[in-house]
Amino acid sequence: MSAELNIIVCIKQVPETTEVEFDEETGRLKREGIAAIINPFDEYAIETGLQIKEKYGGKVKVLTMGPPAADQALRDSIAMGAEEAYLATDRVFAGADTWATSYTLAKIINNIGKFDLIICGLKTTDGDTGQTGPEMAETLGVPCICYVSEILSIENGVIKVKRSLDNGVELLEASLPILITVGKDIAQPRLATLRGRIAARKAVINQITNKELGLDIKTIGLDGSFTRVIKIFTPPSTAGGEILQGTPEELAESIFQKLKEKKVI
Amino acid sequence: MSEKSVTITDACIGCGECTKACPFGSITVVDGLAVVSDDCRVCGVCVDACPVDAIKIKEFEISTLSDFKGVLVYAEQHEGKIHPVVYELLGKGRELADQLGEELYTVLIGNNIGKQGDQLISRGADRVYIYEDSSLSSFRDDPYTQILAECVQECRPSILLIGATGLGRALGPRVAARLKTGLTADCTGLEIDPETNLLLQTRPAYGGNIMATIITPNSRPQMATVRYKVMNEAKIDEKRNGVIINRSIPKSLQDRVKVLGFEPIKEEINITDADIIVAGGKGLNDANGFKLLEELAKEIGAAVGASRPTVDEGWITYRHQVGLSGKTVRPKLYIACGISGVVQHLAGMKTSDIIISINKDKEAPICSVSTITAIGDLYEVIPRLIEKIKTHKKNQ
Repeated sequence: MSAELNIIVCIKQVPETTEVEFDEETGRLKREGIAAIINPFDEYAIETGLQIKEKYGGKVKVLTMGPPAADQALRDSIAMGAEEAYLATDRVFAGADTWATSYTLAKIINNIGKFDLIICGLKTTDGDTGQTGPEMAETLGVPCICYVSEILSIENGVIKVKRSLDNGVELLEASLPILITVGKDIAQPRLATLRGRIAARKAVINQITNKELGLDIKTIGLDGSFTRVIKIFTPPSTAGGEILQGTPEELAESIFQKLKEKKVI
Repeated sequence: MSEKSVTITDACIGCGECTKACPFGSITVVDGLAVVSDDCRVCGVCVDACPVDAIKIKEFEISTLSDFKGVLVYAEQHEGKIHPVVYELLGKGRELADQLGEELYTVLIGNNIGKQGDQLISRGADRVYIYEDSSLSSFRDDPYTQILAECVQECRPSILLIGATGLGRALGPRVAARLKTGLTADCTGLEIDPETNLLLQTRPAYGGNIMATIITPNSRPQMATVRYKVMNEAKIDEKRNGVIINRSIPKSLQDRVKVLGFEPIKEEINITDADIIVAGGKGLNDANGFKLLEELAKEIGAAVGASRPTVDEGWITYRHQVGLSGKTVRPKLYIACGISGVVQHLAGMKTSDIIISINKDKEAPICSVSTITAIGDLYEVIPRLIEKIKTHKKNQ
């Protein structure tokens, strides 16, 4: 058995609902009254980390970047079973696009120390880009496997996984350290235990600001971002179409006619 | 303007002397080759430390944005077959290039792909870069990232478009991070701003509840992954002229992830490719409901989709799930059976061309996005519909 695995799970706090509104004048999202949760895909990432730790031995550290309130997402991760938590929070980190985010996280990971495995959810439900994971892998100089659906083994520093692609399932192998992103087919996230919740309440969250990191302001936050959002708008809403009522026979006939009209049959 | 940078040449033997010498800890040996990180201050200590003279300090001109011209389309292929999203990118790319008065390029990476070059020209490419080698037969992030980044450095396009397929969305971020430029994910709209000539990249966020327009003002290329089945395919013009440029692959190709095997999905149409999707929700009541939907799907050549609760119940596998936590689809026709249409599901399918829903509840949110909604019991309606289709086919 090789040494204990150092596992880092990167998570993000997102609004609970995607039915968000924004202020037309400032272009900012109205976050008031919307509960914040761990990005659903990231719960699968945490679960994956915990299962690997339980099977192969190691430590699960969780890392997030966000406002001070993102502290809660880290405590929820500890309640699930993670051991250490890091919160990168600083005004100068704000407004980062995926590149600036991945750059900042990569620098923090280098500061945390040696790692064997970084796990990310395959995307977030708010930004929905799925870019931060692979961009971080590139910045850290480690390989990356996206859409992992099963961890087959981790032995002698080599990980074997399955990943789910559009047209099939691929079997892959690589040496650690590596970054993987996981989807919902990998495992069912566990619920927090009472003991976990108590641990979460008492846990010390390691706060990281740019004072500790000392990154060039031009490489982080809004200034470090290569992309700029110039307009936000609501897509035109659909009015809803025709409502058909009648006997099953009449309904089947109407749908049949519609399929014929649209040349489906 | 000029800048200096440290480069490691092919002479490197991976001895690690430079790693020891570097005062900033910025050199590591990866797979037998020294790699220089961003922490490098170009002090030059490593140049003297290297026993085989493999480290050079190069001075190069920093290019200005206007040096980058043209639109480059990444031509994704599987086993030598071009992914159809590429034709859509060529269609859009041609439009953007014409508007800018610039050229349209495409790059093809793989094995046994050479014969596809002419086809890409007939779809609008002015120049096709081909990197062909037996080692590239299956997609791997590392070598494909390296080659695409090299191609960009040679062809210097102002815009780089990649299909937002599974592989495209894994490749794009690696290339963008390597080139240190902006990348916008999963775009559904692309336009040129007539005043600034910048690419206006529009994409949905928050499950499609918000649209955002994004620019990449200060770095090149302006990179975007583009959603499949949104742009119009380029028309074929056999008479078009273009240039095919065969490039040899780099000598040292990074390749850290090994593909051990691949199990294709059998006898199923993949929901992201499908033109028609028949999807089921909780209204099916149990797993057997999907058998009925499969029968209908078979008759009309459709893929089977599912709402999240049915997947959570274990009635069908996750790869069928449509919605925010599943796949986003945009078929020509989406038939929603027993799906109430919570916002997370609608986010994944509401941009379908035509939506037909069969539902007992006329107040269900699915009705608001449906072209037509049949209010009734799907177990009564669908078997009759299948019969009608079968009779119709027999009489044709």
